[in-house]
Amino acid sequence: MAEELHHHTHIEGTTIFDGEMAMKGYALNKMCFSFNRADAREEYLSDPEAYYQKFKLSDEQKQACRDKNVLAMIAAGGNIYYLAKFAGIFKLDVQDVGAQQTGMTKDEFKEKLRKAGD
Amino acid sequence: MARIIGGLTTSHIPAVGNAIHKGLQDDPYWEPFFRAYPPIRDWLGRHKPDVAINIYNDHGLGFFLDKMPTFAIGAAHEYVNEDEGWGIPQLDPFPGDPRLSWHIIESMVADEFDITSCQELPVDHGFVVPMQLFWPGAPHNADMPRTVPISANTVQHPIPTLGRALKFGRALRKAILSWPDDIKVVVLGTGGLSHQLDGERAGFINREFDRYCMDKIVDDPDELTSIGRMELVEKAGAQGTEFLMWMMMRGALGAKVVARSTNYHIPISNTGAGTMLLECTE
Repeated sequence: MAEELHHHTHIEGTTIFDGEMAMKGYALNKMCFSFNRADAREEYLSDPEAYYQKFKLSDEQKQACRDKNVLAMIAAGGNIYYLAKFAGIFKLDVQDVGAQQTGMTKDEFKEKLRKAGD
Repeated sequence: MARIIGGLTTSHIPAVGNAIHKGLQDDPYWEPFFRAYPPIRDWLGRHKPDVAINIYNDHGLGFFLDKMPTFAIGAAHEYVNEDEGWGIPQLDPFPGDPRLSWHIIESMVADEFDITSCQELPVDHGFVVPMQLFWPGAPHNADMPRTVPISANTVQHPIPTLGRALKFGRALRKAILSWPDDIKVVVLGTGGLSHQLDGERAGFINREFDRYCMDKIVDDPDELTSIGRMELVEKAGAQGTEFLMWMMMRGALGAKVVARSTNYHIPISNTGAGTMLLECTE
């Protein structure tokens, strides 16, 4: 895409979820949106590969899901509000997700949050 | 005629819903957050508003990316707190006020705000956690007001500007004040303050910026409209853009307000948590 069509500035460590990312991540986010339903969560857990296929995930998206790699899911177009529903299936909360993305232990990440208040 | 008696702001973090469910209000981690609410509940108990306009942002329950309204207004008899996927306890439906909703929608569109009207709108933690905080036991609180939910898009860019949010609130004020019934209205602006859940910058919190926003929103919200959207992402974090809801709320309160109660605490979950009671003087 031509540079002038980008509507945002670069912010370190931050992916702006805009139209471009929304197009890229549509299948992945649609799958995650389905996890609002308990029966969908069960269907996913009984056969994850079939569930990826059902929503036509790209190879990149499938691998990111298999690895439960949040940064890779974001790079593949995942939107954090929908990815949170994926993480929830595995009982991962926003501190688990934060720790994984920043390469910290959960305790280290929680300490980083606490220190923001000092 | 309808009167707007004040505005309430609060973060709407899902972990707060869990803490309420588990009765952790006096736990050392949670107490500095929950201490903000009894004075506001006392004020609500004295004034007993008939209607709460709840301005929040949906997080992927009521709307998906297939159709993403920039501004949506509920026009339902009740609002159901549906399963949002990761297991916070669901509450019973909240009573709506659809005649008032349609009046607001009519007035907003006449004022050139192009609204998405919703006769069904499942509501998530962004809507219900503030209700629980201000009206314990919600929706089964004897003083539970009827509600009109308003959701603004912060899921996907382009999001509205802070200036547009403030103007939205001002148009909302005009809509409410032209309602003929003799009712008292409070306006909730929920979400924020600074936080970022995604990316290598996850865990970003900016106390200085949050404090600046909480200060300016009282007497000079127009100054905040000079903050661009990307600047807002940079200074408040990717999800700190929820501050838009506070601006919409503030626009509905009129020119002069008095801050009756203010609390700020870091961290609650991944967030700088701000709570305010702004009383209208007009």
